[in-house]
Amino acid sequence: MTRFSRASSNPSPETNPAPPRLKSDEGPAMRIIVPLQGVVQGRGGLVLGSLLPCALFYFLQLYLKSRNRPSQSPPSSPPTTLSTPDDHHASPSSPPSASGSTIHRTLSRGLLSPRSHPNVSSRAAAVARPDEDSLYYVGYKRCLRDPFHRVDNPEGIIQLGLAENRLSQDLILDWLEKNAYGALLGGDKPGELNIMGLTTYLPFDGSDNFKNAVAGFMGQVLQESVSFDPSQIVLTSGATPAMEILSFCLADPGNAFLVPSPYYPGWDRDIKWRTGVELVPVPCRSTDNFNISIPALERAYTQAKKRGLKIRAVLIANPTNPTGHVLSRDTLIDLLDFVTEKNIHLISDEVFAGSIHGESKFVSVAEVLESEGIDKTRVHIVYGLSKDLPLPGFRVGVIHSYNETVIAASAKLARFSSVSAPTQQLLTVMLSDKQFISNYLEANRQRMRRMYLLFVDALKQLGIECANSEAGFYCWADMSRYITSYSEKGEKKLWEKLLTVAKVNVTPGLSCHCIEPGWFRCCFTTLTEEDIPLVVERMKRVTQGPK
Amino acid sequence: MVAKVYKPCIPLSAIATSSTHGEDSPYFAGWRAYDEDPYDATTNPSGVIQMGLAENQVSFDLLEKYLEEHQEVSKLVNGIGGFRENALFQDYHGLNSFRKAMASFMEEIRGGKVKFDSNRIVLTAGATAANELLSFIIANPGDALLVPTPYYPGFDRDLRWRTGVNIIPVNCNSSNKFQITKQALEEAYAKAKKADLQVKGLLMTNPSNPLGTAMTRPVLEEILNFISSKNMHLISDEIYSGSVFSSEEFISIAEILEESGYADAQRVHIVYSLSKDLGLPGFRVGAIYSYNDAVVTTARRMSSFTLVSSQTQKMLSPMLSDVNFTKNYIKTNRERLKRRYDYVVEKLRECGIECLHGNAGLFCWMNLKPLLEEATTDGELKLWETILKDLKLDISPGSSCHCTEPGWFRVCFANMSIETLDVALSRFTSFMEKRRKT
Repeated sequence: MTRFSRASSNPSPETNPAPPRLKSDEGPAMRIIVPLQGVVQGRGGLVLGSLLPCALFYFLQLYLKSRNRPSQSPPSSPPTTLSTPDDHHASPSSPPSASGSTIHRTLSRGLLSPRSHPNVSSRAAAVARPDEDSLYYVGYKRCLRDPFHRVDNPEGIIQLGLAENRLSQDLILDWLEKNAYGALLGGDKPGELNIMGLTTYLPFDGSDNFKNAVAGFMGQVLQESVSFDPSQIVLTSGATPAMEILSFCLADPGNAFLVPSPYYPGWDRDIKWRTGVELVPVPCRSTDNFNISIPALERAYTQAKKRGLKIRAVLIANPTNPTGHVLSRDTLIDLLDFVTEKNIHLISDEVFAGSIHGESKFVSVAEVLESEGIDKTRVHIVYGLSKDLPLPGFRVGVIHSYNETVIAASAKLARFSSVSAPTQQLLTVMLSDKQFISNYLEANRQRMRRMYLLFVDALKQLGIECANSEAGFYCWADMSRYITSYSEKGEKKLWEKLLTVAKVNVTPGLSCHCIEPGWFRCCFTTLTEEDIPLVVERMKRVTQGPK
Repeated sequence: MVAKVYKPCIPLSAIATSSTHGEDSPYFAGWRAYDEDPYDATTNPSGVIQMGLAENQVSFDLLEKYLEEHQEVSKLVNGIGGFRENALFQDYHGLNSFRKAMASFMEEIRGGKVKFDSNRIVLTAGATAANELLSFIIANPGDALLVPTPYYPGFDRDLRWRTGVNIIPVNCNSSNKFQITKQALEEAYAKAKKADLQVKGLLMTNPSNPLGTAMTRPVLEEILNFISSKNMHLISDEIYSGSVFSSEEFISIAEILEESGYADAQRVHIVYSLSKDLGLPGFRVGAIYSYNDAVVTTARRMSSFTLVSSQTQKMLSPMLSDVNFTKNYIKTNRERLKRRYDYVVEKLRECGIECLHGNAGLFCWMNLKPLLEEATTDGELKLWETILKDLKLDISPGSSCHCTEPGWFRVCFANMSIETLDVALSRFTSFMEKRRKT
């Protein structure tokens, strides 16, 4: 069975939602209007230059609408509105209008004063702007439009850009089928319904029971090398808000985090959008096996200081994404020494801690802290259930901190991103089923290992070597021999070719801030074994095709 | 081997250390007092009765009955069918079926007088998140939002804390039953201008919290004219729309917009939630409905920080789409709330306490001005403390809601059994009797 069939649902990259729309995919009308945003919003303000195109756009819209809807035309949106219809579902229709004359009124008002409608904030404008620079999102979107399906769409795009794990989802679903009803609705007496506990307000940072269960699960993932105190965790609706809330607590707008690169593309959005915090990539090199270099961090810190940029934290992922490494104890100690010396924070995103398929044992920064006697108030862990348990839809994220103030503030901020009560209830029962969790983690590890080896081997057949990965849902592949010019441009061209000719979506290193062209992240956990030869065949269109 | 907690010495952000969360106010202090000494009929009959939490428990049995009778919902919950196809998806558009169900429910509440397009619904984990999201979207740090007083104390936090946006109150008073007037709007706007603040929008709650009144048509039209003339946004928080005692008395801003052919619709955004009307605050289901495409798109992307659990969406979808259920629920819920409200107001009147004439919500707006030693905020807080310490009742002082007239209190009545309510009312009665004697 292919894993690609997806009739109605829209999966999302990483921990998160469908990416922004791409300008070039929108109609010709939008190609005219969108670049005018800046002008109309007063940033550049040439009134004439904005009025005429706006008028043109209005007429164009009217024309299109009258062509499509002869009977009743809804009032057209004023031309200076920022966005365009939503792409994954039918566009939000303008509200039905009572009469056609409304159009004229809106039209005339629009022509007279293109600024007589309320703008969105500049923060919102940044969010609404399609990320045409981020190929990570572009590829994801193109794949959604033309998704591979073994039967219905065999020429569709194969999705290798989504870090979601389907290898062991059957185990989770089996458990849910057997236990969910009882867990959620079962009362104390058989046949009795008890949903009272689900409906009332719970503490916004998670109920005590659920915190206990999550802390216990985190300990189990680390094979009990660390014991997490439930009172030091804050639960949120996903690792995405967990990361954002932590960022709000550790840095002020205009401050920055140092981030060893390549790094997870989603951080550029999740952390920077609303907090105003900058991310400073600190490149790691293939010659170093993409390991974190403290001298590089030092240099970056000094350079930032010279620019007047205040660094508040070092942000790492462990295991790393996209390279799939497990950080060594020594590296963690070096990092801790570095942040201590600079009196800054360390954020360790450990969402893949339970997804190790290699031989190395995962060492959490929490474990190193225990043994090294370092001041813990500067160390914060982000975790979540979307990777280690394939439950991204359930929305469960974790902030773990030894810093009282951070916990207190995060707990209050969690009100904007709380975990749904029935989900807390259901997962409390699931996570407390230690036997099931243990079986699941082991079975999943084996399946990941198998798929990883098959996939890496398949890539090798194509002449593509991968960096040695031990964790995560992806491998980090060196396709530089297939790029025509060893540059960002060359990498983009190869990525485009893979997408349009091989019809395979992979994540280019460029999106991850990798400074060496030619590296691509390829996810293998949405594949079945039968899919792999097909992937090889597709890729051959590029590796063996004309340059 | 559990970690010890160290005293922190490393700098944190301004947001982490600010008190804009507002939890030092009496509104929340009362909740803490309740947490420390909660009333229980058998184990703690002299404990604090929580009348400061607007939660709806009067129609809970209807939900339970629905779940019992509809096995397929249980099956969905169980994982058969639903989970296998959609369990593991997670997308900021939300389940199509759930958005449609929300749209349908919102239409039901408005008696079918307006239509909602499910593609304009953006789901958020609660109305708290919806309000914050809109604040982020329509205003920049340093900008201002106008909010009519008295208002829900949580707004100080939700609209301002992380967003850096200011609130300018639009002051209303009892001379006209706390209705919003053009003059009050203009005054607030002028005040903002004087302070050099850019006003980006007006946020109103309809029906009002804490007043418990639905806004009238003339006032709604006045507001629409005002925001239009000032080129600003309008957020209509309608989370209590299903709690108006009689459906004819609620007019949604959506209705006014429809009647005027959606002329200014792109300024308007509605906030809704299942926490009050459906009594499901724990589920964390909120929604933004916007007539503005840019806002819908942006809100949808920003909602990645506050998504609704897909499991929850699947669980509630059939129930909210079941028109037989929702019609009956809404009607019954309204009747029960009205009965409770009438009962409470009558009992209070009997012991000499008057309330604002309300027609909605889970609370009444009580007038204790005659009891104040001095007609000031201090006087009000003194009275509040007395009521908390001596009567063991947690009610919310108007000053927490930024009411300019001291002496008003919000009293919630829907979050407890009728027996507990009787105990609370008897405490008021004894208090008033004692006062008459002295």
